[in-house]
Amino acid sequence: MAKRQTPGLNTQSTSDIAFLLLCYFLMTSTMDQQSGLQRRLPPMPEDQKQAEDQKVNKRNIIIVRINSGDRLFAGDEPLDVSQLKDKIKEFITNPTNDPNLPEREVKTIEGFGDYPVSKGVISLQNDRGTSYKAYIDVQNELVKAINEVRDDFSKAQYGRLYVALTEDQQKIVREAVPQNISEAEPKDVTKK
Amino acid sequence: MPEIGSSSDIVFMFLFFFMVCSQLRSTEVKVKVKLPEASEIVKLERKDLASYIYIGSPTAQYQAQYGTESRIQLNDSFKTTTDIRDFIAAERESLSEADRQLMQVSIKADEDARMGIITDVKQELRRCSALKIMYAARKTEKK
Repeated sequence: MAKRQTPGLNTQSTSDIAFLLLCYFLMTSTMDQQSGLQRRLPPMPEDQKQAEDQKVNKRNIIIVRINSGDRLFAGDEPLDVSQLKDKIKEFITNPTNDPNLPEREVKTIEGFGDYPVSKGVISLQNDRGTSYKAYIDVQNELVKAINEVRDDFSKAQYGRLYVALTEDQQKIVREAVPQNISEAEPKDVTKK
Repeated sequence: MPEIGSSSDIVFMFLFFFMVCSQLRSTEVKVKVKLPEASEIVKLERKDLASYIYIGSPTAQYQAQYGTESRIQLNDSFKTTTDIRDFIAAERESLSEADRQLMQVSIKADEDARMGIITDVKQELRRCSALKIMYAARKTEKK
């Protein structure tokens, strides 16, 4: 009996089919990295509590304000966005123990020991007419200032940058240099 | 005739690559969103836990109907701030019990949007205690 040869499968079109599928996935998929600035909103205050929370010592707070014309004020002086970072760094670190800059409170950090943690709070205020771009610019500068202070701290303590630390060490650094940015209750800045 | 037998394998490899590392585009964005630039951005760790709120002016084909003022888009339609509560509740419902604490809201707003509308959104989010938010931003090139 003659051995019957199996007919060869015609596979020429498989690559076409695969290409079609490929194109389909290429078009319907998003490859973009989702990234941005992470923030935690303060919980909605209850009415009675609101008055108490406002009592923060004046030297411990810096008010960063953006008005409707995207002009920036830190404290009471007008400022350019590029100057903000150094201003905030000075505010957080208070290198000269200036009585007008925030006080430090010695806190015990688990796994590290005592460290004088700055009590400074950055209060960010904006107007309803402020553009989102200006707002993000300022937010970005604030984060940058804090990140640089954190880097300085981790370099001094561990000899490495913040990103190179282990998770536990990062946690310690985060506690030593907290990111206290308060996004204030909305109010019209320009009105007054 | 050159041998091209392996081309389908190669294409299949591509195909699997894209299937594995892509997520399907779930919503059609009906507002113009050009994200602002920022240098200190962090990556969103868990995409499946994120809900998106788009804010911007409607794209050309919707302008006749909705005007050019900044609008909020939730899922597939234009909404107002009062709808955010339901939206958040629905998103939270769709997550598993353990993940609800970790839910994150990503605000994708156009850089030309005004803070007024964003403040309204933020206030509404605080009211529904969806406190973990992220301002979506593009990475700036390092100078």
